Amino acid sequence: MGWIGFAIRITKVDQGVYVIEISGLRKTYRSRTGSVVAVDGVDLSVGEGEVYGVLGRSGAGKSTLLRCVNMLERPDAGTVRVGDVELTGLTGKRLRTARHGIGMIHQHFALLSSRTVAGNVAFALEVTGTPRAERKARVAELLELVGLTERAGAYPAQLSGGQKQRVGIARALAARPQVLLSDEATSALDPETTESILRLLLDLNRRLGLTILLITHEMTVVKRICRSVALMRDGRFAESGTVAELLRRPGSELASGLFPLGGPAGLDGATVVDVTVSGADADAPIIAELARRFDTDVRILGGAVETLATTRAGRWRLALPGTPQDNTGALEFLRSRGAEVEVAS
Amino acid sequence: MTWSEVFELLGPASRETAWMVGVASLFTAVGGLLIGVLFVLTERGGLLPAPPLNALLGLIVNLGRSIPFLILMVSITPFTRLVVGTSIGTDAAIVPLIVGAVPFFARIVETALHEVPGDVVAAATAMGAGRGTIVGKVLLREALPGLISGFTITIIAITGYSAMAGSVGGGGLGAFAIDYGYNRFEGKAMTATVLVLVVFVQLVQMVGDFLARRLSHR
Repeated sequence: MGWIGFAIRITKVDQGVYVIEISGLRKTYRSRTGSVVAVDGVDLSVGEGEVYGVLGRSGAGKSTLLRCVNMLERPDAGTVRVGDVELTGLTGKRLRTARHGIGMIHQHFALLSSRTVAGNVAFALEVTGTPRAERKARVAELLELVGLTERAGAYPAQLSGGQKQRVGIARALAARPQVLLSDEATSALDPETTESILRLLLDLNRRLGLTILLITHEMTVVKRICRSVALMRDGRFAESGTVAELLRRPGSELASGLFPLGGPAGLDGATVVDVTVSGADADAPIIAELARRFDTDVRILGGAVETLATTRAGRWRLALPGTPQDNTGALEFLRSRGAEVEVAS
Repeated sequence: MTWSEVFELLGPASRETAWMVGVASLFTAVGGLLIGVLFVLTERGGLLPAPPLNALLGLIVNLGRSIPFLILMVSITPFTRLVVGTSIGTDAAIVPLIVGAVPFFARIVETALHEVPGDVVAAATAMGAGRGTIVGKVLLREALPGLISGFTITIIAITGYSAMAGSVGGGGLGAFAIDYGYNRFEGKAMTATVLVLVVFVQLVQMVGDFLARRLSHR
């Protein structure tokens, strides 16, 4: 398939087709002082064209998890399938070939300092055995794709962090992979540069149908581009699902992380409720409607309306005068308008 | 001894030193690179982990490094005779020079290769690069400026060793300086030797620095 053919493939998230399927993954590091379980039984399925984020603090095991996907780390147990290939059983040439189909970008970019921007991208093509004659044109295409055509002759040391990561992305896409693994790709970048890299990733996801599995400790990354997210803690997934699902899940840690609600959880003489809406409902004037219909002096204690990757979502903490019983009708109304309502007090 | 007499003898002595240092450097480059690369490959977590082989290499390198050159030279005389058929003269001096310098350079190679960030190697591995590609196009190429700086130091060390070799029958500038400058109190001979050596070391260092700088894009 040519690059053009690849580029016009339509992005479609199909829940039925998993591009990455991990099950029962386990990895323990042994040292003289004892052993550390880095990944402790993780199951993970990433659909075609999906952007999946694994969020967690450092030491949660997310980096090990990601490195197990392309066998940079050998898992102790469990299986990893990418596309049609079961990777855990592969070694040597067959593993190397399978790795061509899995691009990876790195926190500290991991570029060859001795090669120019074009040379770094060409390196990936050399590795995959692209004939010399085709390399030049392909390098130009890839640099165009990430917007670095003008910097082709520069060395990495002469680039800004964002530009370096763009080279990393171009290099990762050289072999036309189905999947891109992102290892804290924006963690070394400032907020504006992070934003531009995330925008590029989202754009590639849409234009090329590229499936992205990323790990990060930054909630903004999840907010900005992930359709699905998992929270990793002590080597396990504490919680996972699509962002839309999580927002509607009562007591979801990820939901409150995505949308931290300010304001007191209790208020004398009032019923405090957390209201979550997503999709088209997020922009509907439901609070105004609520106030008008029930003639109630509703107060907004905290909240926001935001775009999460592709879905619009809103979350508010409201205070309604009276007891929960007094407000049964109002709460019913909110639910009827597609809102997830949780009574805080 | 007149200056013209000094120069008459200095010419051949310099050529002998250049020959010894040149040939020894060449073999040292090959041997040191080989052992240095093998050392890095076989270490724990390396591309070809083999801890026993790694430990053995480390032992050999340390052994070579811990014996003072003068003692090394005279202690391997039987080996030298086996290789070049004689234990005196410039060719005989080349053997201990190589034996002494290879472990020295191997350590330098190891250090230079360790300077290449691990995530660059991981990135190449993730792309599906094989070991040969990683060694040739990533490790050695990325470490090249450091390798050249290290090789410059090695050539200069070999030059120093060669003067020592000269004092015990190895020929070259060392022999000239000892025979004429020291034993016959010929100040001019000593001065000339020192000057030639200073200029030679300067030149080597300048070329080495220039190349290292040209190749480094860090």
